[in-house]
Amino acid sequence: MAQSTKTPLIRISKRPAVPTKTKALVYAAAILLALVVCGLVTTLMTGLDPIAVYATMINGAFGTTRRIWVLLQDMAMLLCVSLALAPAFRMKFWNLGGEGQVLMGCFACASCMLLLGDSLPNAALILVSLVASVVAGAVWGLVPAFFKARFNTNETLFTLMMNYVATQIVAYFVILWENPKGSGKIGMINQSSQAGWLPVIADSKYLLNIIVVAAITVLMYVYMRYSKHGFELAVVGESVDTARYAGINTSRVIVRTMLLSGAVCGIAGFLLVAGTNHTLTTTVSGGLGFTAVMVAWLAKFNPFGMIASSFLIVFMECGASEISTTFSLNQSFSDILTGIILFFIIGSEFFITYQLHFRGQTKAAQEATAGKEA
Amino acid sequence: MSQISFGRREFLKGSSAVVGAGLLASLAACGGGSSDTATSAGSDTGSDAAPAASDFKAGFIFLHDENSTYDKNFMDGAKAACEELGVTAVLKTNIGESEACQETAEDLADQGCGIVFADSFGHEDYMIEAAKAYPEVQFSHATGTKAHTEGLDNYHNAFASIYEGRYLAGVAAGLKLNEMIAAGTITADKAHMGYVGAYTYAEVISGYTSFFLGAKSVCPTVTMDVTFTGSWYDQTAEQEAAARLIDEYGCVLISQHADSMGAPSACEERNVPNVSYNGSTVDACPNTFIVSSRIDWTPYYKYAIQAAMNGDPIDTDWTGTLATGSVVLTDINPKAAAEGTQDAIDKALKDLESGDVHVFDTSTFTVTVSDTTNANATVDGSGVMTSYMADVDTDADFQGDTEAVSDGYFHESEYRSAPYFDVQIDGITLLDTQF
Repeated sequence: MAQSTKTPLIRISKRPAVPTKTKALVYAAAILLALVVCGLVTTLMTGLDPIAVYATMINGAFGTTRRIWVLLQDMAMLLCVSLALAPAFRMKFWNLGGEGQVLMGCFACASCMLLLGDSLPNAALILVSLVASVVAGAVWGLVPAFFKARFNTNETLFTLMMNYVATQIVAYFVILWENPKGSGKIGMINQSSQAGWLPVIADSKYLLNIIVVAAITVLMYVYMRYSKHGFELAVVGESVDTARYAGINTSRVIVRTMLLSGAVCGIAGFLLVAGTNHTLTTTVSGGLGFTAVMVAWLAKFNPFGMIASSFLIVFMECGASEISTTFSLNQSFSDILTGIILFFIIGSEFFITYQLHFRGQTKAAQEATAGKEA
Repeated sequence: MSQISFGRREFLKGSSAVVGAGLLASLAACGGGSSDTATSAGSDTGSDAAPAASDFKAGFIFLHDENSTYDKNFMDGAKAACEELGVTAVLKTNIGESEACQETAEDLADQGCGIVFADSFGHEDYMIEAAKAYPEVQFSHATGTKAHTEGLDNYHNAFASIYEGRYLAGVAAGLKLNEMIAAGTITADKAHMGYVGAYTYAEVISGYTSFFLGAKSVCPTVTMDVTFTGSWYDQTAEQEAAARLIDEYGCVLISQHADSMGAPSACEERNVPNVSYNGSTVDACPNTFIVSSRIDWTPYYKYAIQAAMNGDPIDTDWTGTLATGSVVLTDINPKAAAEGTQDAIDKALKDLESGDVHVFDTSTFTVTVSDTTNANATVDGSGVMTSYMADVDTDADFQGDTEAVSDGYFHESEYRSAPYFDVQIDGITLLDTQF
């Protein structure tokens, strides 16, 4: 009765740093738990055997050599866009414009292939396409960064709006270049001459894309971890005032980082058009710019962590297509499963970062410490 | 003093019980599961099938899933054909018009499919690439235009003479207009229809023109406005387009070539009769739905699968007709259709099948040639089209390459299966052409 202050039933406090091993264990437990819940949901909602559903998903992702290549390719593209967003996010610049930046890269690449396909030798054409894609992506990233640095505009809205502008530009040119007339589609660009198509190396049309993205992953890790630029953008992300106090030109860091972010998105667009799809549509970037936000966050902007998170997302997508074929389940069902898994992973994140104190337990703990002191 | 406290240990105990139960449940489910999948696989192939047939796999690629009326129409045909033949169907839904289509087609070939189908126009180039990579597997693409110029033995196009179906649906529309004129609701010169199209694409132009000519065959004063949405599926745009045709342009009857419920529901709201496409919309529009034409893909799927099974060649371009059962009309809704509609449709059907009547009979319409329109047409002094160089071969220069007018009519879907009638005839006004 002596206690006058009321203790809440549950109190949340920040945990001290958790060792990596414990973290890994918590994640593993979360995923395991998520799979069990997914299994329960599967059985309750569809009456199917969850183990068979998981086996089908694994088969869908790894069943044949081709499927493994496709998985790696899809992972590489998602990872590429996530890598592009990571430095901006680390800087706490919420670049939700990845979709538009990728699309502008696709647009630039497709334009070069269409307009210069007949006049340039292949190597030169590919080089020109690459440069054009990088510049287009970078410009699309630069515009919101400039306004943020200069007028402190809200970058979340700005980058988001730029996506729609990009979509409309592409929509206009798709109608302009449509073939056949009236179809609203460009079709495969240079299908017979293959001008501007990336070369197939080692008999796999995906290997080159995968190698390029692997290289970007390492470079981005080094850039963010060890370079002065990487340090500066992290400081700006922690506190703009601290950055200013330390003599960092924050405007320059913002513009520079977004140029990089947009440029890497441009590379992703280039790989999507010259490397795999060889066409331009308003949906050629397929929501990568948004899915990448999740991938980057799940990995806390660590390039190597993003390999794991992009694998998870792409694995679920590949598996989804197979379960919808085998069990006639709608694609939405795998979205439900992905949702459950993400919920658990993000949930475990919470428990790694924070600690819950329950009222009774707190008292006991206090008594215990008191006893120890006595 | 009793206090409700939720101790950590109890919490953990509780949660571990939940986990335990979950594990048990999934283990229990696992025990009975293998037989489940076995039976479901068995039911796919059909029980009375010959063993040889059920070994044959046919792969199908769809742009969306059954939530799209367009894809559902294909999916129903695929299931029906495979069930009848007793072959195993492998359905792949939500496959985009991108590299994903090629990957899926090749994956289906990997899985041992003897024939692979795709249903969307934009799939074509990727199907061609897959056909090049797997010469021993047959690839069939519905709505495509390139099979006759690609020169691949294992790549085929298919479509149906849906313009005949639309013509018959147009007859029903014309009778409805006549009924309105007879009742005094409108005067003969106000017999004005509206049409919501997707793109200014030959398939759409062929569709609305045949619909118009069907109506004109029974109601000579009919005119029509056409508007385009720039999308094959855009509920809002289609609804708004239909509403605009009714409210601003005074259209008293609407039809559409787009896949959502937008136009039919706008008609139901305003109590304006509607001629639908892809299937009956009578459930949602009981007062205004007259009739709908659609392509039944079952005959083609049966034909192509059987040919692939027997190793027979498949037509490079296959055009389904009224006779093959590929072009069908739904039941007429007596609540909205004019009296005698069924008889009139039956008569028109007989005329079409006997060859006495051709949908694009050049004596039934006139054409105006100007600098911007109908450049490929030649007309005589009274506006009758005597020659039309159609763009049958798909290439980048959009040049007419094939004479389509002979024997007094435009030969639609004869030189390739996909429609190529893109003439703008008099009496039809295009409100916008930016798509």
